[in-house]
Amino acid sequence: MKLTGLGHDKTATMVLVALAAVTFIIPFCNLALPADSPMHFSAYTVSLLGKYLTFALLGLSLDLVWGYCGILALGHGAFFALGGYAMGMYLMRQIGTRGVYGDPLLPDFMVFLNWKELPWYWLGFDHFWFALLMVVLVPGVLAFVFGWLAFRSRVTGVYLSIITQALTYALLLAFFRNEMGFGGNNGLTDFKELLGFNIQSEAVRAMLLMMSGITLMTAFLVCRWLVNTKLGRVVTAIRDQESRVRFLGYRVEMFKLWIFVFAAMLAGVAGALYVPQVGIINPSEFSPLNSLEIVIWVAMGGRGTLYGAIIGAVLVNYSKTVLTGLMPEIWLFSLGAVFVIVTVLLPDGIVGLLRRRLQEQHS
Amino acid sequence: MKANSIKGYCRLAAFLMLLFSLASYGDQEVSTQQPLLDALNNLKQGSMSEREQAITQLAGIGQSSLGILQALLDGKLFTLKSDAKLVIGIDNNQGYDISDAVSGTALGAIERADVNKINLTNKLRVSLRKIIGELELSADDPLIRLAAVKAMGNEDDDAVLALLQARAGVEKDATVLKAINVVFLLKEMNSSDKAVRIKAIEALKEQNNLDVVNRLNVMVEKDEGGNYLETDVEVRNIAKAALIKINSRLQLYSTIETVFFGLSLGAVLVLAAIGLAITFGVMGVINMAHGELMMLGAYTTYVMQQLMPNHLGVSVLLSIPAAFMISALVGIAIERGIIRFLYGRPLETLLATFGVSLILQQSVRSIFSPLNRSVATPEWMSGSWQINDFLSLTWNRFYILVFCLMVFVLLLQILKRTRLGLEVRAVAQNRNMARAMGIPTAKVDALTFGLGSGIAGVAGVALSQITNVGPNLGQAYIVDSFMVVVFGGVGNLWGTLVAGFVLGIANKFLEPFAGAVLAKILVLVFIILFIQKRPRGLFPQKGRAADS
Amino acid sequence: MNRISEKLRKLSIVGAVALLTVASGTVRAEDTIKVGVLHSLSGTMAISETTLKDTMLMLIDEQNKKGGLLGKKLEAVVVDPASNWPLFAEKARELLTKDKVAAIFGCWTSVSRKSVLPVIEELNGLLFYPVQYEGEESSKNVFYTGAAPNQQAIPAVDYLMNDLKVKRWVLAGTDYVYPRTTNKILEAYLKSKGVAKKDIMINYTPFGHSDWQSIVADVKKFGSTGKKTAVVSTINGDANIPFYKELGNQGISAEKIPVIAFSVGEEELSGMDTKPLVGHLAAWNYFMSIDSTKNAAFIKQWQEYTKNPKRVSNDPMEAHYIGFNMWVKAVEKAGTTDPAAVQKAIIGVEFPNLTGGTSKMLVNHHISKPVLIGEIQDDGQLMTVWQTNKLVDGDAWSDFLPESKPIIADWTPPISCGNYNTKTKKCSGQTY
Repeated sequence: MKLTGLGHDKTATMVLVALAAVTFIIPFCNLALPADSPMHFSAYTVSLLGKYLTFALLGLSLDLVWGYCGILALGHGAFFALGGYAMGMYLMRQIGTRGVYGDPLLPDFMVFLNWKELPWYWLGFDHFWFALLMVVLVPGVLAFVFGWLAFRSRVTGVYLSIITQALTYALLLAFFRNEMGFGGNNGLTDFKELLGFNIQSEAVRAMLLMMSGITLMTAFLVCRWLVNTKLGRVVTAIRDQESRVRFLGYRVEMFKLWIFVFAAMLAGVAGALYVPQVGIINPSEFSPLNSLEIVIWVAMGGRGTLYGAIIGAVLVNYSKTVLTGLMPEIWLFSLGAVFVIVTVLLPDGIVGLLRRRLQEQHS
Repeated sequence: MKANSIKGYCRLAAFLMLLFSLASYGDQEVSTQQPLLDALNNLKQGSMSEREQAITQLAGIGQSSLGILQALLDGKLFTLKSDAKLVIGIDNNQGYDISDAVSGTALGAIERADVNKINLTNKLRVSLRKIIGELELSADDPLIRLAAVKAMGNEDDDAVLALLQARAGVEKDATVLKAINVVFLLKEMNSSDKAVRIKAIEALKEQNNLDVVNRLNVMVEKDEGGNYLETDVEVRNIAKAALIKINSRLQLYSTIETVFFGLSLGAVLVLAAIGLAITFGVMGVINMAHGELMMLGAYTTYVMQQLMPNHLGVSVLLSIPAAFMISALVGIAIERGIIRFLYGRPLETLLATFGVSLILQQSVRSIFSPLNRSVATPEWMSGSWQINDFLSLTWNRFYILVFCLMVFVLLLQILKRTRLGLEVRAVAQNRNMARAMGIPTAKVDALTFGLGSGIAGVAGVALSQITNVGPNLGQAYIVDSFMVVVFGGVGNLWGTLVAGFVLGIANKFLEPFAGAVLAKILVLVFIILFIQKRPRGLFPQKGRAADS
Repeated sequence: MNRISEKLRKLSIVGAVALLTVASGTVRAEDTIKVGVLHSLSGTMAISETTLKDTMLMLIDEQNKKGGLLGKKLEAVVVDPASNWPLFAEKARELLTKDKVAAIFGCWTSVSRKSVLPVIEELNGLLFYPVQYEGEESSKNVFYTGAAPNQQAIPAVDYLMNDLKVKRWVLAGTDYVYPRTTNKILEAYLKSKGVAKKDIMINYTPFGHSDWQSIVADVKKFGSTGKKTAVVSTINGDANIPFYKELGNQGISAEKIPVIAFSVGEEELSGMDTKPLVGHLAAWNYFMSIDSTKNAAFIKQWQEYTKNPKRVSNDPMEAHYIGFNMWVKAVEKAGTTDPAAVQKAIIGVEFPNLTGGTSKMLVNHHISKPVLIGEIQDDGQLMTVWQTNKLVDGDAWSDFLPESKPIIADWTPPISCGNYNTKTKKCSGQTY
């Protein structure tokens, strides 16, 4: 899992170029070209790609903690979902009087449950900047508190993995409760507007795809920079030999904590971009299985490479899209088989295979 | 179990009565036979009101109709499609062994499709039970008489009281007499005479009887106008004092009940987790397919029941070794086929086994359909052990608790006393050293994984008795299982046992205050915080192995 | 489709090539009318929804045997949204834009319907939703062929109150929107009938709740006061088996405390040990045991189609049967499958249901249905013990909730609105 080398940079550049192409060309083709043009991309493609890119961002953030810091977080989906909820709350407030019951202040589900006033934690979400702040702050603070407790008392390995799973499971159950004020099982849906624009319009959708792409590329570059700084080197060292790094005088828990918090914030941003594109956020995003899937994307792509996470996320989700339509009855067989084959035969994921190919070509 | 034996006695009684009626058949005149035939004719009619009429008619005939009434209540009364004859049918898997309802003559076996069942509604069932109760009040077995008294006790009916009064005169059995007495005392609590009321309360306050509680509660309640329902202050105070006494007993019993609920939930958790404690704790394999191995065990129970539908109890017992074998074999296949390539990469076992779990789930969906399968509970596992009116323990939970402890002890013995156990522990502690000592680690790995998987299969048999048998069975338990293992301390079987029971009991004590969902959240938060305090669980592994 | 895969092939460079070639290799036959089937075939909801997928395939098959529709063959496009709510929205979009289906038959849970709703409305598709639900919705693009609360819950409570003289009520449900709404409506209804607050116990549990010991013990205590008690259960699918098992084991029989369920039908019963359930009740709009020639033919066809002589039919299947045939009639009436035309044409369309009546598509996009109450028999069938003497019209907006009382849905001019406030004369909550 070396970080340098020609092959590595080449692939990274290729991924970036591909991302840039998706980010800029597809929205352009979608908006500027007429629908019958062969280069036109339908709204379906745009929304699908937008979704994949947010998943890629989520995978990227997990790769940072798992691939570089060695923390197998089985509850990373929780931060994604929290970011999503923060954005969803903003979008809910934008509905205003266009809701089913036409209440100017309260979302429909609150009117329905006989809530008389907006709970305090919903205040402020009518401002976009506040929602954006919460998108990073809520996952960040949760990750900080959780990480501070866990890393300080040196919870490691499977213990850490399982309590992150407990975290997301507890949140799943909590958000499920209608008393929490987040819409229960149905979650938040029926969004109308984003910053005054119709959320269902093609232009907004194309813009969201573009935003997701730009965020993903930026995050990718930042993460790459980050893992090559001294902080990144120490973090990698922690992954490989935690006690030695500690004996060298580094405060291991602090390094872990900051990476964990940063990754949680990135996941939150991914969630915030995801929600307006799929139009719904509900507690199932917290389910432990969802978080497990993120781990699988990263492992499929190749952990500890950053771009591997992106490739893995896009590939797994794309095959899911294709297979659920193509062979709806038996697609789980093929997906399961792919997981087994990749882990057994491709220990470094698809990227590992790729890299070996490139090395062979060079030698 | 009690209910079962009662039913058995009922059947015996019914049979004897049939014999009796057979014996006297020849002497009977047509006139006494006629009402029975009339009643049966009515019974055959479709509408429920006609059936109700028939039941009243049958009741009027007395003892000789008891067999038919009992068969009707048990759903064993049919009409033949060919000639509309009324028969009693006993299920024999392919169809029914039938006998004439009136004469009792055996008529051989018949196809299911050739008979129509005589259906009942709840209303009819209630009145049937009452009638049977009245008829059984003079049964030979005191247990049947006791049940009959209890069934009749709630009726506010002078005719019933008169029957009981008559019975009390001849009753010899002390418990039955006591039960009859309670019914009368309850009546006396409504008496207009203050002294009688007080006497009744005093006599009843030692009883663990819910009717008494209800009656006392009514006495101290106010009506809509704000007046006490019991007008006399003195009686009211005595009632209050009696209630306090009874309530403290009630409290005690409900605590016992909650502990039992907690233990039984804990037993389920332990059963689900203990196989994982081996594969995960001892071998370090994060087996996401563990839940699906339990699912296989549950499906094995289903298949066994399909194979031997007439021997429910035996099939469940036989399912235990069968499920163990099947899950163990699948487990060994997984280990040999996939996991052995992944040792030293524990996290990747997670991915591969997750893939396996998807495949297993989908296979079950393809083979058995995505619908839940119906697994019947044998008689000896249904119902509850009624200790008194305030406390009853359900049999299936009770057996699962016992079963869980048995599995645990057995497993502990295997690990402690057998050669395999020794080798497993050696490999778990230091794989390389063990190999150097000549232990065939590959074989031990396969067998250990097989053992863990087999236990999962056995857990599946237990789960099939309390929950759905369907493709999602495994997923419902996998997260909880991991929590239990980690909370107890990875690699420690005792830890898993204690953790399961602690979490079960905590959950059940929280539930009344917090509700089911919040209780679960609180337990999860508790686990998270606990792991901060003790990063290696309840019973941490000591020594070098713990650091790796 | 080919283009996307080209694009992604570049992206992925090597991986999953096999999958992609399979994907781009599919070309679907032209000149057919496509019908989307959007039911989960994997995940937690597969238990209920797979049957509906098969039902749709059977109905489409039969229509093709009759010569298709408008001279064309019908073609089913089956996708698997895998019990994943956002995936429902994605698949709905795929069906409408990529496969260009004329109508979608699908969804089971409310959240899946809510998830596809914006997509269906944006792309102006048609969705036929076959499951009993909480009401409080009427979309231009959705046809609700399952029961609204007034077609299931209210008559059931009436039956318990009048025929079984129930005085104390336990409203037990899984904690999501359907039970919440139903229980809210029922609570308001019971109070309007003079039931005191202390005689109503409300309890919510999470999905898939499997440990019912404490709750059943509570129900037992609640029901031991001497007053006749009943449980109105909106407990969802998977949690039912452990619930009934626990009831049976703790000695609560249907004679003591009857349970009336709105989500337990023949299919759920086929996966249960029915011994502890005998005598408990269920309220639906269709029972397999209904004695009518149409029903007998339908069951025969279904068992032949599934090659399983023991296969049961259930209420949501009948809803699809009615919904599909109404759609066929509307398409024939309109002479096109164009959604806008079908939306207009389908209102007022009548089709005989399997219980002997004739259901009608109402102006609020719900249909009229009979309400049946049945007792569970030990063979897993439901025996009718009570039924409405005429069909009940589905009411989208409950009259027992203060906030939805003034609201009506009417998709015919001049109102043409699913959320019309009769007091303020305003149409709200619509995006079109």
